[in-house]
Amino acid sequence: MTEPMVLLPLLLVGAGVLLALGRLVAGPTAPDRVVAADTIAVITTAAIVLLAAAFDSALYLDVALVYGVLAFVGVVAIARAIEGGP
Amino acid sequence: MMTFLGNLLLLVGGLFCLLGALGLVRMPDVYNRIQAGTKAVTMGSLCILAGVGLLYPTWWPKLVAVALFILLTNPVGSSAIARALYRSGIRPWHKAGEEES
Repeated sequence: MTEPMVLLPLLLVGAGVLLALGRLVAGPTAPDRVVAADTIAVITTAAIVLLAAAFDSALYLDVALVYGVLAFVGVVAIARAIEGGP
Repeated sequence: MMTFLGNLLLLVGGLFCLLGALGLVRMPDVYNRIQAGTKAVTMGSLCILAGVGLLYPTWWPKLVAVALFILLTNPVGSSAIARALYRSGIRPWHKAGEEES
């Protein structure tokens, strides 16, 4: 089979991560930064799957799954902390 | 044919991820940013996963697991953030001159 063409999608995804990183740095309030971090986490999960295709190794799919789980737990924890209460 | 379709899906997915991040920068309000950052990026990630699945047909089970996980947790996470914001007293953005309903 022919080589998968992953360079251009990786560039697009990387540009997206950079834009979201700008919002993460410049965000006026803390919630903006939380939303930016959530978006970066999901984009990074997709990027790790792209890397699995680029390196032709199925091992990276497990990495993507674990990364997604940990990012989700972190986002929910920060949301609870913002909400306050008991 | 499958390779072409997979590469096309990868491109579309990357484009959607980029557009979602662009919306994150351009939108005026936290709630609007949640919309842009969640919907478009979910679509883009699922497109990328489907494209990789077309390129590597033996990876389907793990890819389906990752896709199901993104599909289940991303809306839950964004709605948890939005609920926390609303309860902590941040009100949605209004155009200048528009009366608050």
